[in-house]
Amino acid sequence: MSTLTIIYAVLFYIATIIFLSGLAFRINKYATTPAPLKIPTTPAPTNKIGVIWRMLKELVLFESLFKGNKWTWAFGLVFHISLFLVLLRHTRYMLPWIPEPIVLLQPFGIYAGITMIAGLLGLWGRRFLVDRVRYISSPSDHLILALLILIALSGLAMKFVVHTDVVGVKKFFSGLMTLNWKELPGDTLLVIHLTLVAILMLIFPYSKLLHAPGVFFSPTRNQIDNPREQHHIAEWAKRLEQGENQG
Amino acid sequence: MAKPTFQVPELQEYLEIPSVTPGTMAHSKPFYSKPEFQKPLGFPEELVDNWQEKAIVKMGELLTKYKSVQVFLDACVKCGSCTDKCHYYIGTGDPKNMPVARQDLLRKVYRRYFTFAGKYFPSLVGATDLTKEVLDDWYSYFHQCSQCRRCSVFCPYGIDTAEISMFARELMDHIGVGQKYCNEIICKVHKIGNNLGLPGPALADTLEGLEEDVLDDTGVDVKFPLDQEGSEILLVTPSADFFAEPHVDGLVGYAKVFHEAGVSWTLSTEASEAANFGMFIGSYENMRKISQRVRKAAKDLKVKRIVFGECGHAWRVAYSFLNTLAGPWEFLDPNYPVPQHICEFTWNLIQEGKLKFDKSQNDDMVLTFHDSCNVARASRMGADPGGQFEIPRNVIKAVCNNYQDMDADTIKERTFCCGGGGGLLTDDLMELRVKGAKPRMEALNNVIKDKGVTHMAAICAICKSQFTKVLPYYGMDMSQIVSVHQLVSNAIVLTGQTDQ
Repeated sequence: MSTLTIIYAVLFYIATIIFLSGLAFRINKYATTPAPLKIPTTPAPTNKIGVIWRMLKELVLFESLFKGNKWTWAFGLVFHISLFLVLLRHTRYMLPWIPEPIVLLQPFGIYAGITMIAGLLGLWGRRFLVDRVRYISSPSDHLILALLILIALSGLAMKFVVHTDVVGVKKFFSGLMTLNWKELPGDTLLVIHLTLVAILMLIFPYSKLLHAPGVFFSPTRNQIDNPREQHHIAEWAKRLEQGENQG
Repeated sequence: MAKPTFQVPELQEYLEIPSVTPGTMAHSKPFYSKPEFQKPLGFPEELVDNWQEKAIVKMGELLTKYKSVQVFLDACVKCGSCTDKCHYYIGTGDPKNMPVARQDLLRKVYRRYFTFAGKYFPSLVGATDLTKEVLDDWYSYFHQCSQCRRCSVFCPYGIDTAEISMFARELMDHIGVGQKYCNEIICKVHKIGNNLGLPGPALADTLEGLEEDVLDDTGVDVKFPLDQEGSEILLVTPSADFFAEPHVDGLVGYAKVFHEAGVSWTLSTEASEAANFGMFIGSYENMRKISQRVRKAAKDLKVKRIVFGECGHAWRVAYSFLNTLAGPWEFLDPNYPVPQHICEFTWNLIQEGKLKFDKSQNDDMVLTFHDSCNVARASRMGADPGGQFEIPRNVIKAVCNNYQDMDADTIKERTFCCGGGGGLLTDDLMELRVKGAKPRMEALNNVIKDKGVTHMAAICAICKSQFTKVLPYYGMDMSQIVSVHQLVSNAIVLTGQTDQ
């Protein structure tokens, strides 16, 4: 077992633990913090099905961003859909067998890598070119974009420049999951790619990447507009009622 | 109108987004509260010792109470979608008036004290200590947000800067930094029953005067009852309706509608105020205390229904929060929503054919309608989403022959704030109010030029007062702002009316 393999095996265990536990901690916080008042941005749906539909449009089509800014919407949507396809394609390096849809997706996964970079460059460009967006950007906003672009570039380079031993990669990750470690191919590009991915996993629960779980918990989007019909009160607010004659 | 000490923006044909000009509004801040307005609200009288520490502790406590703020502070990706949406940014070009930058004033402190990245890599994520400069910025810029929620419409995560500015004001109040205008008014409500500090006898006198006026005008004895026990309906309306123009013409309209409906109704000295400034300062406790007055009045007067008059943020509190703060309403008639908006009430009667109108009485005007922000984006009327846009327009069209909408990007859910909402309707913020009104004035000016519009109707006491004051700065006349129920009042034909 090479030192490289040991280092990366440990790195990915740590990254996975931090990624999952950090996210679980945040999600638990969002889920358990009370929303004492009804604050959906109206017009809002008046029933649960309506809210699910509103959330779906927000998640899949970025409806509000579409209303807000067409360029950001276009670049953002291209990036996120591409990332989704790329992630799906990468399941082949983890799963013991490859489902049919993933096989069909194979060629698109590669194009998606390219469009992902295009989307990211568009988003990054706005941080330089639009004075308002330049003003609100902090170093971390630039660094996260750089990180994602480098991940995509190193990934594509393994397809188009120097092929890596994908069978070896698959064995390594299957080995991690079954606690039966296998050697990691030592290609430079692969090592760079994996390091960057581990960094992304590590910072995910501590950065603005929390927008991914956050969107599900936004009270202005996920609340039903029924305050006159449904009595709504938070636990902490109930304490204000105690010891008081409500008449 | 006094000669302005600042440059009034020039109205354009198309909305222009200004370039970033740091510091243009750094000098703007409202008068600080005084000890006598802090204490009754449960806040320290002045800036407390070790205020930094206390503010951070309070922030931690509030974060466990408000999901909205906890999620909003984490979720923003700085996409920029909101940056050109705030009327105060459009009117001033001050980058701290971009919603995201306004939030960042709080977020950078949140990050510094409550997040891993901010504790260990502050400069990387723009985290800073809570210093006196930061507190001054908070005071200045969280009083340049009218809590209109326009930004939240365009945010991919629904981040609502109103929630952030309410949170920040609550935080500041708890370390003894309050705003005079809001806190003084809340004191008056707690003490006297309304924002204007109008005592019961003065109110009774005013209402009697209105009865005489209507009798003179129409020959019909339309009543304006006060504290009448056993009435069917309790009307809760902003106290500006009792005397300010054009508000009072709206009150006359409500009374005529109730009269024609043949339903008994009453005002209450106890709850002689629909407004609830507790919301503006983000204080659940104060908002609740003010709301409880409505419950008490409804019980004492043994009414069966509650109807709210024309007021924007009051309708938000009434529609969205009243059930939480003062409900449930088990003692009221379950056949009606609690509360109802006066426009819902009037529109129902119109649909039932119970009101007769002579629309020509409003033929001297071409109307447009200003959607008030809190009604548009924080409440509803009727059974269906969007009823808050349709019902007031339906009422106007039922009583007027000439109606034109303003540009689609400036109405309904995209409506622009009047520039004076959210506890900013005070003379010490006149420059902000005038500049913040720019997008609305622009849209109005365009329909005046292109479609012959002469008047703008509104259903909010703050909007009406703000426009009355601000229209002249833009070369228009203060009388061009009217109440929706003023139009109803003009056109309604009362049974037995003599003059028509």
